[in-house]
Amino acid sequence: MAIVERPTALPELPPGAAVTPRPLGVFTRPQSTTGWRSWLTTIDHKRIGIMYGAAAMFFFLLGGVEALFIRAQLAAPGQALYSADLYNQLFTMHGVTMIFLVVIPLGAAFMNYLMPLQIGARDVAFPRLNAFSLWLFLGGGLFLNSSWFLGGGANGGWFAYAPNTGVVFSPGHGMDFYALGLQMTGIASLAGAINLVVTVLNMRAPGMTLMKMPVFTWMGLVTQLLLVFALPVISVALFLLTFDRLFDANFFNVSAGADPLLWEHLFWIFGHPEVYILILPAFGIVSEIIPVFSRKPIFGYPFMVFSGIAIGFMGWGVWAHHMFASGMGPISVAAFSLSTMFIAVPTGVKILNWMATMWGGKLSFTTPMLFAIGLVTMFTIGGLSGVTHAVAPADTQQTDTYYIVAHFHYVLFGGALMGFLGGMYFWWPKVFGFKLSDKIGKWHFWLILIGFNLTFGPMHILGLQGMPRRMHTYIADYGFELWNMVATIGSFLIAAAMLVFVANILVSWRAHRLNPVSPGPDPWDARSLEWMVQSPPPAYNFDPVPTVSHLDEFWHRKYQENADGKVVRVATGAEAAQPGDSTDVHLPSPSYWPLVLAIALPIIAYGLIFNLGIAAAGGLLVIAAGFGFGYEPSDDPESHHGPHGNGHGDGHAQLGDGHEAGAGSEGEPEAGTAGAAGGETEPVGVASTASATDEPATDAEGSTDG
Amino acid sequence: MADTALHGPVAGEAEHDMASHATSTGISNEKLAMWVFLGSDCLLFGALISTYLLLRHRSISGPVELRDPAHIFDIPFTSVSSFVLLFSSLTMALAVGAIHRGDVRRCRTFLMTTALLGSVFIGGQVYEFTSFVKEGLGYTTNILGSAFYTLTGFHGVHVSVGIMFLMAMFVMSLRGKLGPDRAETVEIFGLYWHFVDIVWILIFTIVYLIP
Repeated sequence: MAIVERPTALPELPPGAAVTPRPLGVFTRPQSTTGWRSWLTTIDHKRIGIMYGAAAMFFFLLGGVEALFIRAQLAAPGQALYSADLYNQLFTMHGVTMIFLVVIPLGAAFMNYLMPLQIGARDVAFPRLNAFSLWLFLGGGLFLNSSWFLGGGANGGWFAYAPNTGVVFSPGHGMDFYALGLQMTGIASLAGAINLVVTVLNMRAPGMTLMKMPVFTWMGLVTQLLLVFALPVISVALFLLTFDRLFDANFFNVSAGADPLLWEHLFWIFGHPEVYILILPAFGIVSEIIPVFSRKPIFGYPFMVFSGIAIGFMGWGVWAHHMFASGMGPISVAAFSLSTMFIAVPTGVKILNWMATMWGGKLSFTTPMLFAIGLVTMFTIGGLSGVTHAVAPADTQQTDTYYIVAHFHYVLFGGALMGFLGGMYFWWPKVFGFKLSDKIGKWHFWLILIGFNLTFGPMHILGLQGMPRRMHTYIADYGFELWNMVATIGSFLIAAAMLVFVANILVSWRAHRLNPVSPGPDPWDARSLEWMVQSPPPAYNFDPVPTVSHLDEFWHRKYQENADGKVVRVATGAEAAQPGDSTDVHLPSPSYWPLVLAIALPIIAYGLIFNLGIAAAGGLLVIAAGFGFGYEPSDDPESHHGPHGNGHGDGHAQLGDGHEAGAGSEGEPEAGTAGAAGGETEPVGVASTASATDEPATDAEGSTDG
Repeated sequence: MADTALHGPVAGEAEHDMASHATSTGISNEKLAMWVFLGSDCLLFGALISTYLLLRHRSISGPVELRDPAHIFDIPFTSVSSFVLLFSSLTMALAVGAIHRGDVRRCRTFLMTTALLGSVFIGGQVYEFTSFVKEGLGYTTNILGSAFYTLTGFHGVHVSVGIMFLMAMFVMSLRGKLGPDRAETVEIFGLYWHFVDIVWILIFTIVYLIP
């Protein structure tokens, strides 16, 4: 039972709840809801989502600066702005940062923020575990980047082919940081994925069947399931590499008989589902944006959903197309060629459905819509060059050239990142309570579109001309000069475009501060449940939880067929939205333990590299924090519901008694026991009671509006 | 408010809200999370077992007699410790049954028995590892050593974590904090314990029995 219905004002507590104001005598339960400390201890999925996004944008800055260094070095032939070794570190850390610390967490940011809202839930299934995921991701990312100051970054490419990344060929600690850092972000993603899968499957609002879920939530669910099954494989690969490097194991030691293909297979069995982990959230975002600005429902909703599921399944059967040049044999090559061609089909279905959604719609080209169309077009280019990789002979020629670099930047930058930027413009008013300027936003879009195509378009040509990737420099007179210079100019244009984005945020925020105009709950006349709450949403999201009867439920609350069968507006967004003035929703309490547990793991990782004694201390801290985490009730019984009402005592006690009687027989797994037993399980203590005083008010409002 | 007119009174929604402690699937969040986690763990062991299968006959370094797994394993000894571990699944199931019947004392006894049997298994593993090392097969001796110790070691860590949780539940039970209202906690842990045992059946078959 996720939502523990418990009388908040009752003096006696269920047996076994470790109820002390200072659980385990270590921490006083944090109480504040404002100030920096409240962000450290928050377990609100919306704040966690915002912090995921902010952290990802910070890492985006790092990865972007690394990219600019790379492009500066390659601007002209024969340059030596810095050493080849540093170049290796830069392109490796650029790739690792952008994939693991930018695109995955940006997806996590949107999914954390939006999925509970879109399914009509008050929070995720395990809010403290959610906070743990965030902090461990941040810890892993900072750990990885701290390698710059501790002997140099990873230098073996983002896919880190062993044995090239063994101690023999990659001395120094860069690859240790890579293996351990990604291990931690992987654990963080796995915890987050289990959390969100359970949330979507278990915490949907009444009436919200799976096929009434918004496409974004569907794509999020597929993404999280891919993470659940893909991450353990990379975990194993990283463990083997770590053991090889730190404890002299022989997994990738060819002189002991190792098979170099082992790493490639393990990595790409994770790595190809990973590609869909990166893109599917952006597909979901676009599937939300395009219908809103086309004034039409999404075309072929079940096809959208099932093509997403099909991508999720087929994504497991194509990994070896990354390995056509490895000499794995003609039968494998033929099989993976075919499966790679087939997986283009469900992706193509999505592209066509977006176009069909726009077809005949009343299009309005706002900034989010422009980014969405940018994704559709740019991803299509990247998808087409991807299909060329399915042709094994051509792929053998393209392997390790700039053609590959062009391809994956078209799908990851032109695809995923465009989608995320569009999503930011789209949901910004919902999250922060003010709109970003559409005018500056359009500058942002066009600059980034031009810069992006200038940067990565020419790389197709360079690649087909034979320019190898991961090379520190190139010789003049190979015909690489012009397009490399164009690409470098383009990359600085992208940087300028991102500065425009930052300027947009600052300008729009200032304008909002000087003249606060609320965008209202529904600034775009949108369709799904997150627009039914105020902007920014109250901490408890919904009160009461809506009953869902349609796909695009919120739209159906605004528009109805009249007697003539014509669809007419029956309510404005503001009327159909919830007022967000509830005072009696009891939310689970914030906690220090997720942060403590997350800090303990990087300590182990540093210890493994530098001093095993530190690792042992970190291990003890993990065990202690694990027990602290487990024994702490998710719901602080001493708290008086944070800022929410103390004035409803009577009503609470009454309703609460009923709950207790109803739930008592089944038993309520409290955080303490469930957490201790399951290790990663934790119930959400959300005790909700519909206040008797609220209902007449809303009814009255309804009658005046009706 | 428009939705009151269209979708019944708000009070109706509030009723649903109160009933929403029942999850959409009818399975509790904790149990579903455990199932999803175990699904994920399948891939962890899948990758480790595949690695072992790929590497076990590939050793070309170190002493020749230590390159063939069949020469090293003591199958009767490992069979006994495997039986002990499998027997602990029975006591775990009895613990779950006891707590569902409300028999807290018996549940506590069976939890302790399960923990002891698990510890016997881990003790057997420690003995086995030390005897292999004495025979000369260390972690870094050859590729077989690396693959064998890593695979069985990961399983051993899973069992050890399980023993820790068993002890934690035992202490909670002593303090009266593991009553019948928490039967599901024991049950969810049982899922984990049985999974770890099933994985051992696979490992024992693949690593020890199949030549």
